[in-house]
Amino acid sequence: MPVAATADSHATLSPTRRLDPAAAAIELKDVSFAYDTRLILRGITMTVPRGKIVAIMGASGSGKTTILRLIGGQLRPKKGKVLVGGQSVADLEPDALYALRRKFGMLFQFGALFTDMTVFENIAFPMREHTDLPESMIRDLVLMKLNAVGLRGAAQLMPSELSGGMGRRVALARAIALDPMLVMYDEPFAGLDPISLAIVGQLIRRLNDALGITSIVVTHDVYESLKMVDYLYFVSEGKIVASGTPAEVRASSDPFVRQFVDGQPDGPVRFHYPAPPYHRALLANVE
Amino acid sequence: MSSEATGDLVLVLRRLGGTVTGGVARLGYMARFLGAILWYTPMALRRLHLTVREIYFSGVLSLVIILMSGLFVGMVLSLQGYEVLRRYSAQEQLGIVVALSLVKELGPVIGGLLFASRAGSAITAEIGLMKATEQLSAMEMMAVDPIARVVAPRFWAGVISMPLLAALFSAFGIFGGYLIGVRVIGIDAGAFWGQMQAGVNFWPDITNGIIKSIVFGAAVSLIAVIEGYDAKPTAEGVSSATTRTVVVSSLAILALDFVLTVFMFRGVGL
Amino acid sequence: MNRAAIDLWVGVFVAIGLGAILFLALKVGNLLTLDRTPSYRVEANFDNIGGLKLRSPVKAAGVVVGRVESIRLDPKTYAAVVTMRLDRDYEFSKDTIASINTSGLLGEVYVGLDAGGDTAMLKDGDHIGKTQSAVVIEKLISQFLFDKAAQGGAGK
Repeated sequence: MPVAATADSHATLSPTRRLDPAAAAIELKDVSFAYDTRLILRGITMTVPRGKIVAIMGASGSGKTTILRLIGGQLRPKKGKVLVGGQSVADLEPDALYALRRKFGMLFQFGALFTDMTVFENIAFPMREHTDLPESMIRDLVLMKLNAVGLRGAAQLMPSELSGGMGRRVALARAIALDPMLVMYDEPFAGLDPISLAIVGQLIRRLNDALGITSIVVTHDVYESLKMVDYLYFVSEGKIVASGTPAEVRASSDPFVRQFVDGQPDGPVRFHYPAPPYHRALLANVE
Repeated sequence: MSSEATGDLVLVLRRLGGTVTGGVARLGYMARFLGAILWYTPMALRRLHLTVREIYFSGVLSLVIILMSGLFVGMVLSLQGYEVLRRYSAQEQLGIVVALSLVKELGPVIGGLLFASRAGSAITAEIGLMKATEQLSAMEMMAVDPIARVVAPRFWAGVISMPLLAALFSAFGIFGGYLIGVRVIGIDAGAFWGQMQAGVNFWPDITNGIIKSIVFGAAVSLIAVIEGYDAKPTAEGVSSATTRTVVVSSLAILALDFVLTVFMFRGVGL
Repeated sequence: MNRAAIDLWVGVFVAIGLGAILFLALKVGNLLTLDRTPSYRVEANFDNIGGLKLRSPVKAAGVVVGRVESIRLDPKTYAAVVTMRLDRDYEFSKDTIASINTSGLLGEVYVGLDAGGDTAMLKDGDHIGKTQSAVVIEKLISQFLFDKAAQGGAGK
């Protein structure tokens, strides 16, 4: 699918090309988070509309994955609110939180497939845990999900026998096993060869549209995300520094966005780790 | 000079205090973790095959090392015991010496130490690796509690396997003692078994050994699952957690053995 | 490894493990040697039971015929009340003497029964009237010394 076509097809769905908060599946309102005293997120506000793919981009260690964990309720914000379907995740009772998580799918950075189960059992796992479906129906459902990612033939392999890209696709099939309303992707492209990368990117888009899912993609892969997402947020040092549709991002003159998109080694994100001036460090030896 | 010494003393005291409070906090944490395991036990037992699978990994796969060690320990006990008993012309008491030391002490303790290094370390490594590869997080995000699905079956498998392994260790040890004492040294078989039966009581000697092995099994499994669950999610984190499991659970076995022995055997004659 | 094979192995493991416990209980210990055989209880009072313990053997002519079941102190007479469980196969006359003995100088302590000539036999719950308490070596020695001293005094 050509890049422009993707963007245009969405222009018809949301004429203003702005995100409408009323249709929001996920909302973060002024969310801050810290591990002990180390501040990870400071005042993040973002909206993820229903049925869209939103990318959260940023350098490694900028707090992107933390945002996913806040949405999943594995962490609680120090300040602000994380709303999923209007409910504050942090205020849910454990049972309600677990009920909510059943509507979530998550693709972890390296797949996080259960190494002691076959591909088939990995995908059947959430079905066996949360439903009382008969074995024959589980079999049909698993094969259907595997077929969607093109790996029906790999059902009886162990995760250790899969290549990186195949593992990611199996994990994707597992993430959509229970037909979730929201799928979160944590670095879905990390460590993939260009072909697998394109396959996974295309799958995310296709599954999103076919199943009516809302998707959040955390990544630092600019080219792949520009091809497939509806909206991008740029996170740096725990803050949102820029956001926009793919077309806006391409046209943006914001220095951070430019550094990120063009892959410049130095810019708003410094090449040097904070240090006293070089000449002083060199002279320290002389004294 | 003296203020420096005082400073050192304060530092030592502070470190000591920190160690003590840290240890107490650790105990509290373990108790809470055990509480969580027990809470999820009914849920874990509903899928019995998970526990059965873990019994395979911690029990069945430990069989060879347990049986071999039991046999050798029994044979050595028999040789050493014979050396001592001969001085008092009490060779026919060899059966009691071998059986009592195995059933009351060596079966549970050495069995427990072997279990810690064979099965305990494997449990820690497995759970630690699941954590490092985000499998536990993935489970949580699928609304499945890892304590119910991963931790509880491994804990109960240890509690079930350990007494069986300890009994097998003792039984093979006694068989080893019989081989050396009767077959090699030539003590009368009737005296060997007869003296043993007269001197070893099912209650309390054997039952106390079984109680010990259940306690050790619970302690080793608890330490192993906690170390795995708390491991730093890196390669070094998992490997150091594995080492810690073996060290901590070995010390725990020996300390618990002392405590249990004090409680159990002192009052027998009353 | 599939589930059926694991089930089989675990089944084998549990079976031989329980077998080992059974072996310890029956072949190594004495779980069934006495408790199963029909038996009856008799009581005896002793001034001193020495090192007698629960489950110490009860012997007649060196043959084990029962075990000590309970030991308590009578708060009125300050005598030790020892309850013994005797094998139903062995009957003893009413005037049997029970004594506390030690096998060898340092061996185990046991209750010895010496049958008398009475034709009436002890029944369940009966009391043995004639007993001989444990020999306390310290008392023997002090008595011996006292006697010697007394003899010496008389000889002068």
